[in-house]
Amino acid sequence: MTTQSIAAANPAAQAHATPRYISPARRFYWSLLREFWEHRSLYIVPWTVAGLYLVGFLIGAFRLIAKIPGHGNLAVDHQLVVTQFSNAALALMAATSIVAVVYSLSALHSDRRDRSILFWKSMPVSDIATVLSKASIPIVFIPLITFVVTVVTQWILLLVGSAVLALSGFSVSILWSHFFLFHMWIMILYHLLAVHALWYAPVFGYLLLVSAWARRGAFLWAAVPPTAIVIVEKVAFNTHYFSDFLAYRFHAGPEGGLSPNMLFMDPLSHLTPLQFLSSTGLWYGLALTAVFLTGAVLLRRYRSAI
Amino acid sequence: MNSIEARGLRKSYGATIALDGVDLSIPEGRIVGLIGLNGAGKTTALHAMLGLTPYEGDLRVLGLDPWTQRDLLTRDVCFIADVAVLPRWIRVSQAVDYVAGVHPRFDRSKAERFLARTVIQPHSRVGQLSKGMVAQLHLALVMAIDARLLILDEPTLGLDILYRKQFYDSLLTDYFDYTRTILVTTHQVEEIQNILTDVLFIHQGRIVFNRPMDDLESSCFEVSVAPAQLAAARAFHPIHERESLGRRILLYDRAAFDNDRRQLASLGDVHTPSLADLFLAVIGNQAYPPPSQPTQPDAQPHPAQGVAQ
Repeated sequence: MTTQSIAAANPAAQAHATPRYISPARRFYWSLLREFWEHRSLYIVPWTVAGLYLVGFLIGAFRLIAKIPGHGNLAVDHQLVVTQFSNAALALMAATSIVAVVYSLSALHSDRRDRSILFWKSMPVSDIATVLSKASIPIVFIPLITFVVTVVTQWILLLVGSAVLALSGFSVSILWSHFFLFHMWIMILYHLLAVHALWYAPVFGYLLLVSAWARRGAFLWAAVPPTAIVIVEKVAFNTHYFSDFLAYRFHAGPEGGLSPNMLFMDPLSHLTPLQFLSSTGLWYGLALTAVFLTGAVLLRRYRSAI
Repeated sequence: MNSIEARGLRKSYGATIALDGVDLSIPEGRIVGLIGLNGAGKTTALHAMLGLTPYEGDLRVLGLDPWTQRDLLTRDVCFIADVAVLPRWIRVSQAVDYVAGVHPRFDRSKAERFLARTVIQPHSRVGQLSKGMVAQLHLALVMAIDARLLILDEPTLGLDILYRKQFYDSLLTDYFDYTRTILVTTHQVEEIQNILTDVLFIHQGRIVFNRPMDDLESSCFEVSVAPAQLAAARAFHPIHERESLGRRILLYDRAAFDNDRRQLASLGDVHTPSLADLFLAVIGNQAYPPPSQPTQPDAQPHPAQGVAQ
């Protein structure tokens, strides 16, 4: 077929239709969805960890029932059941933290490696929207997913744990009293938002920047600069400010690390959001996050695509 | 308005010069073939037009500066690079959903109609499809976008002949309507010869030949002559010579000289060269100067109209 025959088939050139309006929020929504399509580990890993934990808990519970008749130590066994709740939460946080790190390092890297960036860049989605949607995954959505999966897991633990205690002839009241789970959920949500989202944000910003910059070996490149600074500082000045700085950041700053016992505390008397929000470390961290993400946008935008 | 307008477009990677002052104007509603050897600067030129790479010089695509106004440009320009750029993990249905979600000019029902003609299953992942099917999918997505400029960079690379033919056939019957512009690079020159309205040859970062196809037929011709007529035929300044089946084939680019054509017809068979032969003639003279022969001083490219500097 030749162009001449097409001309005959389409004598009147049709005008281009007016485009639909697509709001930035809608583009952002589809960019997010695209991340979940590509990175299925974002939801598969937490649910798998939850499933494994429940299986382990069930096996342990049946062993408990088997050995209880007559000579169980009531207090210890109660403690055992209750500790399962905080351990489940900690296991999920640990797993999703790893997912967040792996995700951040590949987010702006994998599509350059497989050249699909040429497809994504042919779509009318700005690089700012792309980078922000990718940054929101570790900073906003992984903490929220962690919270939801934790709540569901703990509900199942509560039901199964009550059944086990009841079958063993113990009182289940401890599990259903003092708003014990409700308090724990507030503590977990606060910890996830304050520490995993806000306090660790610059860590994810840094990883995203490396992921936008590195041509290959993003994981290695992410480790090189901090390690180099620590070593050079130690050798040159025999000081360790930078490693202290990193340690402070990773030990969750003013909030401190999360210990299993903390989860059982009454949130109203132990949470200090005002103190957290007024800590300079938080705001320096967020400013640094903004710098890192700006760098990632600029690299994505102004560097040759591949 | 011209879809693409470039003046002195330059781009170098370190010491390597990829584009060395490209000048071109592509009016709206044309199908332009950009033809060149590997490393001639084709992909760099396309990437500059798509705002994927910085450049020096003046470049306007649909009136926009592709480097600084890329976000606006992506609404009106579609791009297919060789078949490998759709991500392998995406499902066919997800790809359609995504483009429908972000592209203001995407017509979902159109894309679904195109896909229904293929054997592609909506649930398949791109990684499970054959190369030909991935190309069909990408083409279905792009043809459902009401864009003003479509840029194709080796779109059929690695496809078998059936898919290649289908690709260009659908492009012509279902997409091209004389309000859009299509710019295509390919190695398979013969296959696009019949669909082009204009042809550009690029060599070492420069446009060395630029002609509407209609003019090509009237201005370029080949004469195959027996050895006895060779000297007479060479007197008319062929731009290239080759040997075929014991006869010399001389290629002329002489738009202005109708008279020459009649005289040459008396020396041998006159016919229109294929685009591939013309390309080899034009590029061959630049890449490898013609072998030394008595008439070599006369064998320089004729400065005919349309040949870019």
